[in-house]
Amino acid sequence: MNPVSLHPVSPNPASRKPVSLTIDGRAVTVPAGTSVLLAAQSAGIDVPHLCHDPRVEPIGACRLCSVKVEGARGLVAACGQQVAPGMVVTSEDPELAERRRHVLELLLSEHHASCANCDRSGDCRLQDYAYRYQADPHRFGVYVPKHTAPNYTALDQGILYDADKCIRCGLCVKYCETVQMAEALTFTWRADRLVVSTPGDVPLRETDCEFCGGCIRVCPTGAMLDRGAAHHGRAADLKKVRTTCAYCGVGCQVDLYVDPHKNRIVRASAEPGATVNDGNLCVKGHFGFEFVGSPARLRQPLIRRDGELQPASWDEALALIAERLGGIRQRHGADALAFVSSARCTNEENYLLQKIARAVVGTNNVDNCATSCHAPSVAGLAESFGSGAMTNSTVEIRDCKVLFLIGANPTEAHPIFGLEMKRALRAGAKLIVCDPRRTWMAKHADLHLQHRPGTDNLLLNAMMRCILDEGLADLAFVEARCEGFAEFRQNLEGFSIERAAAECGVDAELLRAAARLYAKGQPSAIYYTLGITEHACGTDNVKNVANLAMLCGQIGKWASGVNPLRGQNNVQGACDMGAMPHKLPGYQNWSDAAVRTRFEQAWQSPLPQSAGLRIPMMIRGAGQGTLKALYVMGQDLVATEPNQSDVVEELQALEFLVVQEIFLTETAKLAHVVLPGAAFAEKDGTFACSERRLQLVRKAVEPPGEAKADWEILLLVAAALGKPMAYRNPAQVYDELASLAPVFGGISHRRIEAHHGLQWPCPDSHHPGTRFLHEGRFTRGKGRFHAIAHTPPREEPTPEFPLILSTGRTLYNYNCGSMTRKTAVIDAKDPGNFVEIHRDTAKHYGIEPDEKVAVRTARGRVTGRAVVGERVRPDTIWMPFHFAEESANLVTNDVFDPVTATAEYKCCAAVLEKLPQGG
Amino acid sequence: MKRVDRYLLARVDLPDSHTLAVYRAHGGYQALEQVLRKPWKPEQVTQVVKDSALRGRGGAGFLTGLKWSFMPDPAKDPRPRYLAINADESEPGTCKDRVLMERDPHGLIEGCLVSAYAMRASTVYIYVRGEYRVSYARLQAAIDEAREAGLVGRRILGSDFSCEIWMHPGAGAYICGEETGLMESLEGKRGHPRPKPPFPAASGLWRSPTTVNNVETIFNVPFLVLRGADWFKALGTKGSTGNFLCGISGHVERPGVYELPFGVTAREILEQCAGGVWKGRRLKAFFPGGSSTGLLPASSVDVVMDHDSVKAAGSMFGTAAMIVLDETASIAQLMEVTLRFYDHESCGQCSQCREGTEWLHQIFRRIVRGQGRMQDLDLLVSLANGMAPAKTICALADAAAIPTLSAVKHFRAELEQCVRLGRDPLATATAQSPEHHEAHA
Ligand SMILES: Cc1cc2nc3c(=O)[nH]c(=O)nc-3n(C[C@H](O)[C@H](O)[C@H](O)COP(=O)(O)O)c2cc1C
Ligand code: SF4
Ligand code: SF4
Ligand code: SF4
Ligand code: FES
Repeated sequence: MNPVSLHPVSPNPASRKPVSLTIDGRAVTVPAGTSVLLAAQSAGIDVPHLCHDPRVEPIGACRLCSVKVEGARGLVAACGQQVAPGMVVTSEDPELAERRRHVLELLLSEHHASCANCDRSGDCRLQDYAYRYQADPHRFGVYVPKHTAPNYTALDQGILYDADKCIRCGLCVKYCETVQMAEALTFTWRADRLVVSTPGDVPLRETDCEFCGGCIRVCPTGAMLDRGAAHHGRAADLKKVRTTCAYCGVGCQVDLYVDPHKNRIVRASAEPGATVNDGNLCVKGHFGFEFVGSPARLRQPLIRRDGELQPASWDEALALIAERLGGIRQRHGADALAFVSSARCTNEENYLLQKIARAVVGTNNVDNCATSCHAPSVAGLAESFGSGAMTNSTVEIRDCKVLFLIGANPTEAHPIFGLEMKRALRAGAKLIVCDPRRTWMAKHADLHLQHRPGTDNLLLNAMMRCILDEGLADLAFVEARCEGFAEFRQNLEGFSIERAAAECGVDAELLRAAARLYAKGQPSAIYYTLGITEHACGTDNVKNVANLAMLCGQIGKWASGVNPLRGQNNVQGACDMGAMPHKLPGYQNWSDAAVRTRFEQAWQSPLPQSAGLRIPMMIRGAGQGTLKALYVMGQDLVATEPNQSDVVEELQALEFLVVQEIFLTETAKLAHVVLPGAAFAEKDGTFACSERRLQLVRKAVEPPGEAKADWEILLLVAAALGKPMAYRNPAQVYDELASLAPVFGGISHRRIEAHHGLQWPCPDSHHPGTRFLHEGRFTRGKGRFHAIAHTPPREEPTPEFPLILSTGRTLYNYNCGSMTRKTAVIDAKDPGNFVEIHRDTAKHYGIEPDEKVAVRTARGRVTGRAVVGERVRPDTIWMPFHFAEESANLVTNDVFDPVTATAEYKCCAAVLEKLPQGG
Repeated sequence: MKRVDRYLLARVDLPDSHTLAVYRAHGGYQALEQVLRKPWKPEQVTQVVKDSALRGRGGAGFLTGLKWSFMPDPAKDPRPRYLAINADESEPGTCKDRVLMERDPHGLIEGCLVSAYAMRASTVYIYVRGEYRVSYARLQAAIDEAREAGLVGRRILGSDFSCEIWMHPGAGAYICGEETGLMESLEGKRGHPRPKPPFPAASGLWRSPTTVNNVETIFNVPFLVLRGADWFKALGTKGSTGNFLCGISGHVERPGVYELPFGVTAREILEQCAGGVWKGRRLKAFFPGGSSTGLLPASSVDVVMDHDSVKAAGSMFGTAAMIVLDETASIAQLMEVTLRFYDHESCGQCSQCREGTEWLHQIFRRIVRGQGRMQDLDLLVSLANGMAPAKTICALADAAAIPTLSAVKHFRAELEQCVRLGRDPLATATAQSPEHHEAHA
């Protein structure tokens, strides 16, 4: 009989084999590799289980799932046994029931069964089974709580462990060890004194715990709780609302548990098996919703009077907006106005904002923050393949055999993608990481190419040269599916692998090994993020990544392609919705006559004639006086654009600035009118996550005070500007979009709900959505090779600024930190700015670990705590960009990609300064 | 009892028996030379082991050749392959492997090399009980000596066969002797046994094919190569071939480790080897194979010591560690001590074992202290039946349940009397006082 392996059943329907067996007299057919337990579940038979979780390798400890299998010796643990053809299983009979009652009574004999005041009562498997089998909690006597000493969570702000409720099922430990791979939890002691703890019983915060909350979510009893939620409501007291996480682009499905009487989110959880995240969450998804109920939220509109922002009514604010925007439009023309949309807001809201810009005001000046991150992906991949999005789906990651990561740090920036990659690694996938930093993935990689920041194209070209030289290219694929190969090949001819390797600072053999491994993978896939795009040559970088995939035929297949991991919850959607100057919704060209007619008819308004501005140009225009008014929805330009001091000055030069926000951000502080918007949990709509999946955002709580859902605000603004729009709800907005943009033609809120999300392209209402792109044919027809030259970073180290400064994200915080930093758990773990410095560099500057240092560039100076080690190269330092008070963007370089105006956040020249210590 | 043809202990009494020179002088490493020089095919070695019907000496008595044949075909499975030697010997009463390791370490090393050759393993781990400091030191010294002589390491004796042997000390947990707990421990983790399947041959150390064998089991292998399967089979009984080491302890005149062929009776061992029950007393009961096997009453003392016969008598051959109790011993106290051990040593994963060992221990304790209740005897049986057979991840739960069931079966009257009297007349004074034995707490 076969055990259940780690990933028994591939999510790929094409690779499954059916197996038929009999359970309790019923014929059941499931894919080969399924466990008896899951097979029974699929037939609606609930085999009791306490230590089983579909994401964790079988533990086999509780023994509750033991069933009878014909021909087997003794009882068989259903959770650890694979189905076999013709197997005959009895999952329940009086004898098994008696066994189970016995096991439950033993468990209860060490359990503080105080269901009357337990948080998990009504949502506890132990309680359910004790009831089902009528187990007597006192068969062996009355349990007196004995674990009274403080444990490893005593001082913790996130997690609360009660050993007297723990049934030692091991799920939390196994989840931490094998799913999250953080190895922060362990059992300690033996036998009946076994308890969950940390190595050495140190406080949780001092371990590698990543506060993903997984231990809480897997616990079948009340032993592991959200500290902040304890005693704030049992499952039955709370309303569960399934929605989509508002942080990164993974698009996790989160269940918010809401106290309706207090209008408060009490805790968050997630359901195993649910797309995209399979019940996994990161620290932000699990703990990071405190900002919603923060007292710092904007509760009413503000108007600047006598230089001060002062409370105002909606009517006053809207009247002022109508008057000022209308006036400026009349005096200076529509293009003197611009709109910044938000990757944080829903698709419907993005659609409405760009519609206001184009159909109400009449300008193409509308953009979203993709410009500062993945616009090069959108542009570059569109030129190479015809559509600028992740080619594969999240579930496919686990079937990938060679993962090629370049400029991506998924375990921190996209933790659930990281988790899926860990899953692939556990199933034996090989890992290549190209990253100047020694990230978690780099540490666990088979090959780590630690190249100098800004040498990505040298690295990629050298790899491709090697692939061509060694005959590893998939020339049949190139021949049949691509164009532009001759020129591309010629460009590589002049390329010396040795020279490129030297310039990248990478061993040439390592580079060759990476090329071979990637080319031969069955299959391989590329994952990248801002390490590729946030360069002045970002679009070139993206095209070169696309070249690599096409060269090896590693695209257009299950688990194989080119995958930009999107940064913000709805940055994909903001682009999909046309909240960018050069595209109408659905990536349609505003200059295409047929398209224009369609939109003009639907919107009953002429479309603007001139090209629009991207965000950096808007800001520059403001500074130069050509742009007079700016309407910003849910984006903190001051905190996120490079070279911060200049941005403030430029925005101050505007005649009129409207900011629609949930907090008084640095940008909002400069506004003439501030409108209080709603957080993700306070409104309905959809987000599009990185894998092109549309998912519902559901209202869980009411917005605070007079704040309103952003789509409602936009309708009010449109009406105030004299063009009322008649939508009763976001679903109607989506329907209009679907009728205008063929890639979303078959998508509606109703279908999204029914299908648990739909992936575009989805052209008609019978289409199931598209798992991976470019199967058989690229969106643009033939895949296009581009000859890419190496463009060095604009700012190279100099004697005055001898180091390369790179910036990025940490696991705990998110972008400018306005949301995450209001969460106690997160603030405790990641409290302030820091600078990663190589050991040798630190020694050179006489810097000790943890001392405060300054980083200076040609543009400014910030300070942070020195984190000394070997995460970065000696020639590089690294800083996160989450901390407004020490903003990395005071020093980053405001030079931009020529195609997309994406800034070079990833490298500039800098110098370290030792500060006088003391006090 | 006929004269014993000793081979397992043939060298242990020689002066400096643990050195390479003495081992070589007495036929050492000839099996290895034969296998590598002739050369034998690896399958040939496995075949001899299969033909000999050698059964594992680690307690379960599983057929060694059969176990080896579960190792996947290296042509189809490129993963590294491991042999792990179980030298954790921690079962109460068992002390036989120690004699071999301390006094004939090269014999074990040669066994490891020949067995690794048979299974095409190039790495052997020897997991030695933490308290066995001398065994560890002797083995390590012997490995160093052998490596120096080209017998361990790369291209052994100039052949294509390379094999490394690594030592690993235990840290004082009985459960690390369970083969999957041992593998976890070797990997640097807590010794929590793994659910089976997968069995070690399919996914063992670092998820690669692994065979775990007992010290004595492997020690037999060079003799099989040199003397053949027929010689071996002629030594024992039909189902249990060869000689075995019997460690006899408890209330006997001459406790110790003796080499005997399968087929001797327990009485022969007790009387002829161990000099009978001590102080001229009468036999009350004995564990035939260590504290994990069923307790047998004195009336079973003529049981033939082989796997099938001991099983038929209602117990298990186990590790042939006979523990003998004289007529003055208290069964309740014996069981209290035994269950205290299992309660202490359960790794704590499985519900029934973690809680079951605890309750079995507590119940025996209250019986010894005179606080037992009549229904406790049925409770013991019901608890034990919930733990065994094969109801948990590993067999530790069985090891606690089996002696419990046999004690209640054979000595119910004595236990009931303790309950009725409100005291255990046979127990020593200390055992009856409540202060006693939080020893492990
Ligand atoms: C709790 C427990 C402890 C064990 N301890 C030992 C031990 O110390 N030495 C040993 O050889 N086998 C021990 N075993 C048996 C091993 O699991 C395994 O069966 C044995 O090492 C296999 O070797 P063999 O086939 O050569 O007998 C133990 C088993 C259990 C359940
Ligand atoms: S954990 Fe479950 S069984 Fe235990 S007290 Fe809470 S609800 Fe009751
Ligand atoms: S805390 Fe919960 S999940 Fe962890 S071992 Fe205890 S009962 Fe299981
Ligand atoms: S049976 Fe006991 S010792 Fe063995 S794995 Fe289960 S709890 Fe641990
Ligand atoms: S669910 Fe199978 S043993 Fe716990």
